[in-house]
Amino acid sequence: MTPTIVLPVVIGGLYAAGVYLLLDRSLTRVILGFLLLGNATNLLLLSSSGPAALAPVFGYAEEEQMSDPLPQALVLTAIVITFGVTAFLLAMVQRSWQLVRQEVIEVDEEDRRVATREGMDADDMDPDDLPTEDRPAGKGNTLPSDVDVEERLAQRYAGVPSDDIGLPPTRGGQS
Amino acid sequence: MIGVLAPLPVLLPLLGAAAALLVGRHSRLQRTVSIVVLTAVVAVSVALLLIADANGAAAVAVGDWPVPVAIMLVVDRLSALMLIVASTVGLGVLVFAVGQGTADGDDENTPLSIFHPTFLVLIAGVSYAFLAGDLFNLYVGFEVLLTSSYVLLTMGGSAPRIRAGITYVVVSLLSSLLFLASIGLVYAATGTVNLAQLAGRLGDLPAGTQLLLHSMLLIAFAIKAAVFPLSAWLPDSYPTAPAPVTAVFAGLLTKVGVYAIIRTQTLLFPDGALDDVLMWAALATMLIGILGAVAQGDIRRLLSFTLVSHIGYMVFGIALGSAAGLAGAIFYVVHHIAIQTTLFLVAGLIERRGGTMAVDRLGGLATASPLLAVLFFVPAMNLAGIPPFSGFIGKAGLLGAGIADGGWGAYVLVGGAVVTSLLTLVAMSRVWTRAFWRPPAQAPAADTAAAAARDAGPDDGPDEAPPGTDEPDDDTPDDETADVAEPAGGATSTTQARRTGRRGAWARHVAVATAAPEGGDGRPSGGDEDREPSLQPLPGVMTAATAVMVALTVGLTVIAGPLYGMTDRAARDLLDRTPYIEAVYGEEADR
Repeated sequence: MTPTIVLPVVIGGLYAAGVYLLLDRSLTRVILGFLLLGNATNLLLLSSSGPAALAPVFGYAEEEQMSDPLPQALVLTAIVITFGVTAFLLAMVQRSWQLVRQEVIEVDEEDRRVATREGMDADDMDPDDLPTEDRPAGKGNTLPSDVDVEERLAQRYAGVPSDDIGLPPTRGGQS
Repeated sequence: MIGVLAPLPVLLPLLGAAAALLVGRHSRLQRTVSIVVLTAVVAVSVALLLIADANGAAAVAVGDWPVPVAIMLVVDRLSALMLIVASTVGLGVLVFAVGQGTADGDDENTPLSIFHPTFLVLIAGVSYAFLAGDLFNLYVGFEVLLTSSYVLLTMGGSAPRIRAGITYVVVSLLSSLLFLASIGLVYAATGTVNLAQLAGRLGDLPAGTQLLLHSMLLIAFAIKAAVFPLSAWLPDSYPTAPAPVTAVFAGLLTKVGVYAIIRTQTLLFPDGALDDVLMWAALATMLIGILGAVAQGDIRRLLSFTLVSHIGYMVFGIALGSAAGLAGAIFYVVHHIAIQTTLFLVAGLIERRGGTMAVDRLGGLATASPLLAVLFFVPAMNLAGIPPFSGFIGKAGLLGAGIADGGWGAYVLVGGAVVTSLLTLVAMSRVWTRAFWRPPAQAPAADTAAAAARDAGPDDGPDEAPPGTDEPDDDTPDDETADVAEPAGGATSTTQARRTGRRGAWARHVAVATAAPEGGDGRPSGGDEDREPSLQPLPGVMTAATAVMVALTVGLTVIAGPLYGMTDRAARDLLDRTPYIEAVYGEEADR
């Protein structure tokens, strides 16, 4: 019984494709990427039992001909976990679509704050021009600004190539 | 005795979760069930710690299978100590959450309360991770706690929570897959996943294989523990959750990762091949985390960054690899679980009292609520490491271990740790002077953002008009958007936001996102629109729970001597390795 080349090749291919999909902003592709990664990992676990052998059932095969049953048990557990979590992810993506009508990974909180902040540099403001309640006690950058965060971010990332060829751009980029 | 007790910290919360689900429609009964269960877990953990400290490590083969095959639960000083801290903190947070649920009166309008069962499953997962005697069950423990944390983090399904939740879930999944893949490789290399057996076999592998397995495991655990550069997910995801959820996450989840790192470094790979890497990671975690904290204007985000930063202290202690360093790290874990949870609970109270989380908008809390001021001040100083609190003792222990180590790298880390401690003090005193000491008149535009968020909340749902129908609105002049974001126009902003479809929806979304989400009631605003946040008195149960937690953190200072003695013994056990291995194999001989 010699080890097969098929499993390593398939595992490597699945990992490569999974990582590629995971790097996308589209959540559907992220889910698909996660599924591929999960399957790759399960195959890796399975292949850790060594070359293919007979089913580990007493009376069906001799002990030295049996394959190692432990990785199979581990893979079963892992499949169940991956399945459950994928279902949860799908539900979250659906909820995201319900809420903001997009299924891309959104700009994260810190970027959003920084983008808002740029429009309101404290140095550009004279506090005396502001109504009393708007005067910053500490610094100006926490005041709400009139900047459209999405547009600003879209401008900033304008030249950055994206994989989302088939998808409409994120909000604000088109108008 | 231990054979009966050891599985209980896992079994009790799981059974409790089932019971809590069954009585999901009777909120009073459900609360009673979960509090009773967690109290029992605390009691069991105390018993386990006493037994483990008196008799040393013990192992239980679940289902009486022969030893290398069986699923092992191992109780040594480290796991028992972690169990007791975790369950105590869990109980405190649960009482806080019960108080919050009662105060908000939001039990009636939900069909089935899922908070309590999920919380109990989380505690079961944490306990399982601490008890697991083999890598795969450690993975299962991680998955149990992570899956329930996904549910808790996205409870209510509001837009910011979903956004934060997606980041959190994807990052956690990635680390889980990495962990699983390394389990596969470990099994392929050694033919076992039992920790005690691995301790014997991993050392015989070629150095390159060892390094690969070691670094894969460490990367997987470092993502969970939020060690820089794998920490960016944490400050983005934790702050959006309800206050009690953030508190328990901050206290427990990252520490499970730290626990796994301790086991990896001591039991599996004791030769310290990656200690140097860990040291630099610790330094970067401390400094970059705390610089992030200093830059934050939102209390909860600030606390999340201090959480990341102080993980660095524990990694520092682990990376030293000496008994003193490990003892300091374990003490610091205990201290930090309690203190960080308490601070997040206090942050929840501040948000209720002040109506916002933005430091720049808060003011005059010290006069408005002296009790809250005390509740914040004590743990804040404790976190910063002001003597005589336990934070000081933990830091002093770590610094002493670093100096005793004597390498120049250790000295650099000692310097970094001192700077981090000072910057923590800066961040904390900034919150204190702005939110508590400043006269309220100086605080601008009190809570309009929070109000806007609250008003906008109920509409942030599926009934929103699809974007296609609102295309013309995209041409609306910019001044309208400006109105939407005007600080004084909470009410105007929402009415306009409702009218302007797509753009308005986005403005609301931003409003919800930038205003810290509401006091953690899980659903975007129940029937409390008329609530005037700055006049809200502090609900008794929540305050009492927080006060007890603060008292506990102070109590850690009082019992610091015996506690440090115990962490010292735990550290020696860990470095010795034989107590753990003998516990697993000796069990068979005993029977």
